[in-house]
Amino acid sequence: MSETVRQLPEEQLPVSPSTLERYRILQKAGGLVAPLLTVVLAFLISGVVVLLTTGSVVDTAKTYKGIFDGTGLDWFFHVGSYQIGVPFTSARVWFPWNTNDISSQAAANLEQTLLLWTALVLVGLAVAFAFRCGLFNIGGQGQYLAGSIAAVLVATELPHVVDLPGVLLILVSVLGGMLAGAALAGIAGILKGTVGAHEVITTIMLNWIVIWVGSYLFDVGGPLQTKAAGAAGAVPASTDIPDKAQIHVFWGDPLFQGLDVGFFVAIASLVVYYLTLNRTTLGYEVRAVGHNPEAARYGGIGVARNYFLAMAIAGTFAGLAGALDLLGWKFREDITDIQSSSIGFIGIAVALLGRNTAIGVGLAALLFAALQTGTASRSLDPSIFPPELASSLAVIIQGLVVLFVGADVIILLALGWLRRRRPQKAATAT
Amino acid sequence: MSEAVPVLELRGITKEFPGILANDHVDFDLRRGEVHALLGENGAGKSTLMNVLYGLYRPDEGEIRIGGKPVVFHSSKDAIEHGIGMVHQHFMLIPVMTVAENIVLGDEPSENGVLLDYGAARGRVRELSRSFGFAIDPDALVQDITVGQQQRVEILKALYRRADILVLDEPTAVLTPQEAGELFEILRTLSREGLSIIFISHKLNEVLEIADRITVLRRGKLVDTLPAEGATEAGLARLMVGREVLLRVEKTAATPGEPLLKVVDLHVRDERGIEKVRGVSFEAHAGEIVGLAGVDGNGQTELIDALAGLKRPEAGRVELAGRDVTRDSVRAHFDDGFGHIPQDRQRHGLVLEFSIAENVALHEFRTAPDSRLGWLHPRTLIERARRLIREFDVRGGGPETHAGALSGGNQQKVILAREIDRDPRVLVAGQPTRGLDVGAIEFVHRRLVEERGEGRAILLVSLELDEILSLSDRILVLYEGEIVGEFPPTVSEEELGLAMTGGMHAEHAA
Repeated sequence: MSETVRQLPEEQLPVSPSTLERYRILQKAGGLVAPLLTVVLAFLISGVVVLLTTGSVVDTAKTYKGIFDGTGLDWFFHVGSYQIGVPFTSARVWFPWNTNDISSQAAANLEQTLLLWTALVLVGLAVAFAFRCGLFNIGGQGQYLAGSIAAVLVATELPHVVDLPGVLLILVSVLGGMLAGAALAGIAGILKGTVGAHEVITTIMLNWIVIWVGSYLFDVGGPLQTKAAGAAGAVPASTDIPDKAQIHVFWGDPLFQGLDVGFFVAIASLVVYYLTLNRTTLGYEVRAVGHNPEAARYGGIGVARNYFLAMAIAGTFAGLAGALDLLGWKFREDITDIQSSSIGFIGIAVALLGRNTAIGVGLAALLFAALQTGTASRSLDPSIFPPELASSLAVIIQGLVVLFVGADVIILLALGWLRRRRPQKAATAT
Repeated sequence: MSEAVPVLELRGITKEFPGILANDHVDFDLRRGEVHALLGENGAGKSTLMNVLYGLYRPDEGEIRIGGKPVVFHSSKDAIEHGIGMVHQHFMLIPVMTVAENIVLGDEPSENGVLLDYGAARGRVRELSRSFGFAIDPDALVQDITVGQQQRVEILKALYRRADILVLDEPTAVLTPQEAGELFEILRTLSREGLSIIFISHKLNEVLEIADRITVLRRGKLVDTLPAEGATEAGLARLMVGREVLLRVEKTAATPGEPLLKVVDLHVRDERGIEKVRGVSFEAHAGEIVGLAGVDGNGQTELIDALAGLKRPEAGRVELAGRDVTRDSVRAHFDDGFGHIPQDRQRHGLVLEFSIAENVALHEFRTAPDSRLGWLHPRTLIERARRLIREFDVRGGGPETHAGALSGGNQQKVILAREIDRDPRVLVAGQPTRGLDVGAIEFVHRRLVEERGEGRAILLVSLELDEILSLSDRILVLYEGEIVGEFPPTVSEEELGLAMTGGMHAEHAA
């Protein structure tokens, strides 16, 4: 049937586009509906898990309410009469929401969610950008770690060499992190472009290299382990970065992981991502290669070069995430964190759910960040939902979302199939 | 020949797909022992009608009568039981099995109902093959025999199942002129034996040669059924397209100028290291169309790739307007005045997910006014696309329509527009009308001749002899990676066909 459609005389084509185009339209129409449906379904099925654990519908509802409140998103609903400081001045003006995270638990939670959002947006973009070039970047984790290791190195070692003002030190450290991420991912890009080594394999292997090199560097007795008095010999972590290398926290207390200005860098990165892909010659090449590497090659576009560039740019985003996290709230690299972090992998889910678009990645990152903070044990009532199960619940919901993201293509195909069946049935009936 | 009851009648067949009326009350009848051609452009509804007949589609309206009795087919099995045999354009054969095994497949003679009685199968295939004058070895593996012989296996498969109505879907598309001639002989024998044949085609000369009657479809509707006697190519083309069509391109004699493309002793290997181009040398001059004829797989692809810079030749030289470009990149070729219409427009010619505007910018997006300092100006892209859409009569969408949404003919116009708009000195056109219908072919041909008039050197690589003969000013024949002959456009199809299958080569060697 698709054959018949494709071979139509040209005059009739706008009315009945090709199968490919119809599928595109379907996906576009489902652009908002399908991911939303995906998320709702994931929450419904997870609800069954909660129901089985708690044994009561009321407790299930309470658990979900607890998760929601834990995300801090309820902050927006607590409207009242508060004050907010005007940036760069000491003036305070009226504001409908309570920004004081000591008197408002919601504000404190929201800071946490947005802090995580910052990192997830960036690791999500790392996966999405490579995807637009037809590459599956599984190495976001390694690139993120490379970024944070490079940032901690620059921020702790550079002051011994030259005394830079804080802003410059931060800038150089962040650049170091981005460069490290780019270099790491670039290796996978070069291998893909030259010898055709599959990027899934190489990025996974590079992840492990970074994890174990990082562990070696900062482990007890490692070359870069902290030399701070008292800690040496006991703590498997790096030296703390100097205070002036800490990124400015604009909401909340820097000691309690307040929200730093890295948040705005993430927002800007979404814009940069969109513009690079859609408004630059680089983005044009990357997309051409992503859609059809053969046609790109026939058109004179260097495919290998674009594989390298796309991976390097992807790594830049992930490295940026690592650097911002380190300079924004971690302040030091610690090997338990290196070995247990999985933020780069959540980035894959973010890109998938967000369909590799800037807005999609922003929204998906918000969902996953909220899930993560919402299911933190402190936001759940221990008498209703066992806190030790809370983080598993987050993983279950995330897993289901990823599963259904993969399935939405099946849902679309099933819809199309049903539509084709119907006229045939009608014909049988007559 | 005219009997009271036709062996097959289709009455008022209507088949609708979402948004398309593929068949609109089509009547068709087939008399015993006749060859009835079904003629129409791509998308005219020929295949749909035959799929209805073969039980693959259920018609929305209308009925099928076999020998005057109404029948309803639920599957192709029902159609086969009523004596209908179908030879598809793409053969449904298993390459690693023998001819006899392929023919009996699905209806095998067996010993004790379990084991294949290969002896019996062979015997029956041999017998069938002899009675219809097919020279075919039942024990040969299908992968070892020629395409023409494979087609005969398909026909035998239908005859083995006792078909008395044979449907052939574009049977000559894959054949050389010689093989096509042999096929026509076989079809004449079959029709003398009382078989009735439906011959689907969009090639006018063939239809006139083989058919007794011709039915023309246009956009799902029956236009006319007429006897082949007295019909003309021009008349049939008008019926097919619905307007006057120029079948032979009007062109004046070429006035070749300086040589723009010069190929000297070129050797090219394919991915597997096999030497596919073996010492090719030729020139193409400004203002001429050089046709490169040959059966598929004789080194055309590798030669074009080497000319375009897509593949490094082993040895030899390519010169573009006097400059050695043998080792230049693809992009450098385009910048030096090379234009390329790839053989596979969907895989190599277009990024289907890109808009028309993005596709026509493929060679220009890096430079002003398309972009400055790496920053694209979408408006420039769209303006150019709008102009080219008008100039090249691209229908089915605007600048922002995705190329994948266009029909084949319009996709090809987008590629033509992109390549020609850059004012190339040399234009290499690889099978520029493959799979296109009469109207689109006419457009592409006319445009190529116009570009010749602009003083470009055009290398036309095609598997279609008609196309080579009607467009070329000089014809080169490529056989097993070598140029085995050069002919004027007045050469006969037979002579050209002989050269294409190595006949000339043998003469040279002797």
